[in-house]
Amino acid sequence: MNIGQSIIEALETLNGNKLRSGLTILGIVIGVGAVIAMLAIGQGAQDTITGAISGIGTNLLFISSGNETLDVRNPKPLTLGDAQAIADPFAAPDVLAVAPIIQGRSDVTAGGQTMSVSVTGTTPQYFILQNYSLLEGDFLTQDNLQGNASAVVIGPGVADKLFGRRNGVVGETIRINGQPFRIVGLLQSKGGGMFGSQDNQVIVPFTTAQTRLIHRSVMNEVDQLYVQVVSAQAVPLATDEVKQILRQRHRTPVGVDDFTVFSQADFLSIATTVTGVFTIFLGGIAGISLLVGGIGIMNIMLVSVTERTREIGLRKALGARKRDILIQFLIESSLLSLIGGMIGILLGWFLGYIVGRIAAASGNPFNPAISLNAILLATLFSAAVGLFFGIYPANRAAGLEPVEALRYE
Amino acid sequence: MAKDWVILAEDLTKVYQMGEVEVRALAGVSCNIERGEVVAIMGPSGSGKSTLMNILGCLDLPSSGKYILDGEAVETLNDDQLADIRNRKVGFVFQTFNLLSRTTALANVELPLRYAGKVPNKKERALAALESVGLGNRISHRPTELSGGQQQRVAIARALVNNPAIIMADEPTGNLDSKVGKEILELLLALNRDNGTTLIIVTHDSSIAAQTQRIIHLRDGLVEEKK
Repeated sequence: MNIGQSIIEALETLNGNKLRSGLTILGIVIGVGAVIAMLAIGQGAQDTITGAISGIGTNLLFISSGNETLDVRNPKPLTLGDAQAIADPFAAPDVLAVAPIIQGRSDVTAGGQTMSVSVTGTTPQYFILQNYSLLEGDFLTQDNLQGNASAVVIGPGVADKLFGRRNGVVGETIRINGQPFRIVGLLQSKGGGMFGSQDNQVIVPFTTAQTRLIHRSVMNEVDQLYVQVVSAQAVPLATDEVKQILRQRHRTPVGVDDFTVFSQADFLSIATTVTGVFTIFLGGIAGISLLVGGIGIMNIMLVSVTERTREIGLRKALGARKRDILIQFLIESSLLSLIGGMIGILLGWFLGYIVGRIAAASGNPFNPAISLNAILLATLFSAAVGLFFGIYPANRAAGLEPVEALRYE
Repeated sequence: MAKDWVILAEDLTKVYQMGEVEVRALAGVSCNIERGEVVAIMGPSGSGKSTLMNILGCLDLPSSGKYILDGEAVETLNDDQLADIRNRKVGFVFQTFNLLSRTTALANVELPLRYAGKVPNKKERALAALESVGLGNRISHRPTELSGGQQQRVAIARALVNNPAIIMADEPTGNLDSKVGKEILELLLALNRDNGTTLIIVTHDSSIAAQTQRIIHLRDGLVEEKK
């Protein structure tokens, strides 16, 4: 029997029982829709996160204390001395600039408004490293640093909250932990980043931070070192140089570093792995509903085989072979799941779009991305579900004895 | 001149296992039918006439015995080969018409051709078959839009569309009133007269059987007598 005719015939049969076919298809629609939406959301999250990481520059290194993979006893903290050693152009020719940072959270107040912000203590190099730009004023200067100055650069979110404006805030005074600081600069908005929104932060000189705001146990201790490398190609070279210097200064045993050097590529690969797992997890959960939809198909096809026993008997009497009946029922179940799959793709796309809109409305713009791969996967998978769950009923139909089937009431 | 046998059945038996009990539906039936003959199979219910027809129509295999249909030894065939034989050599007409309710008269008649593999001009042949039963103007009607007699005509067109060696009619007039039943019987007999199609009618109506050339009476799974 030719396939084109069989498909038309199957469509007529499905059309003859609209409600039942519709409900069966709905099961697949929901399953495929959920899978597509979840994959799209996962992909969108991945794009957003990797985008944010890419935004921090390909020529940066981040050094922190401790070892991520090995258990190291009493790791030595990073210090200002480490920063100065790395900044030495003779020891590390591929390093362009180093910025030590020390971070904490504090309440800032001005004009009766209070907000909790992240306080960063750092050096003037941080400005270039972070690729900041200013709405007004200047960044911290070397003088601020050496003079333990009560100077602060604030993010636009802080200005919004405390002053309700983004102009003319330079020269105003805010209190951090009750201590007065003069605003010297206002940062331009950078939006959400890998470490939370950079708009709600204040930056003070490193010296000021460590003596008055953020106390650490070791003298001149820093939380992290940001290193700018001369070029993206020199990142591996610079990493080695930095490691050599720190190993020497920390007197670490061979092969047991008590610090970790991350590059942007490391962050990217971690983020990709994490979001990948996240996407598979979401897709897997959605896949369960697809499975339920498949069982729905099997159920309906079994009912259909029982109902049409006489028809099957008649077809066999007229010369239909086992294979003809098998193909007829498989086409019906595959069509059910394929139609459901196609509508499901649209539904998933729509759901992803809605989620994207909601995310955008709540200030975290992110684009659910439906890849061609996801569509192909969903189409193939739904067709496979139809085939798989159709096999048992179709086999049952094909195996009916013509005499028995014709006699069936 | 040697007789042209279309059906050569020898000592056919059929035993059903009903739980612990063996039921002998056929206890050794032999019957030969010549090409072009019109034969009625009669008998009370339970006499095995349906079983005999199922076997002669290749819907079922005998438990033992020999059966040659139009030169082919049926008892050696597998399921697919049986399906093929049914398709090419047998046309069925059922008491309950057994048309596909969702498809048109034409598509119903075309159905056996579709299972026959590569057949040219399927539509034209189906159309010709419908015209030969006088339904050339009803081709796109669905069975629900046709009267009982018309439905049975469609079924007859379906039975003869593949030019089978025999047409098997199982109580073809059982679901029709007597006037329409007479017309249907006339149509079947006319097919035999005009095309020489072998016709086997299973019935319990002796007035129908009387119009055939030969009656095979069955009782308790055995042939009782021949007219």
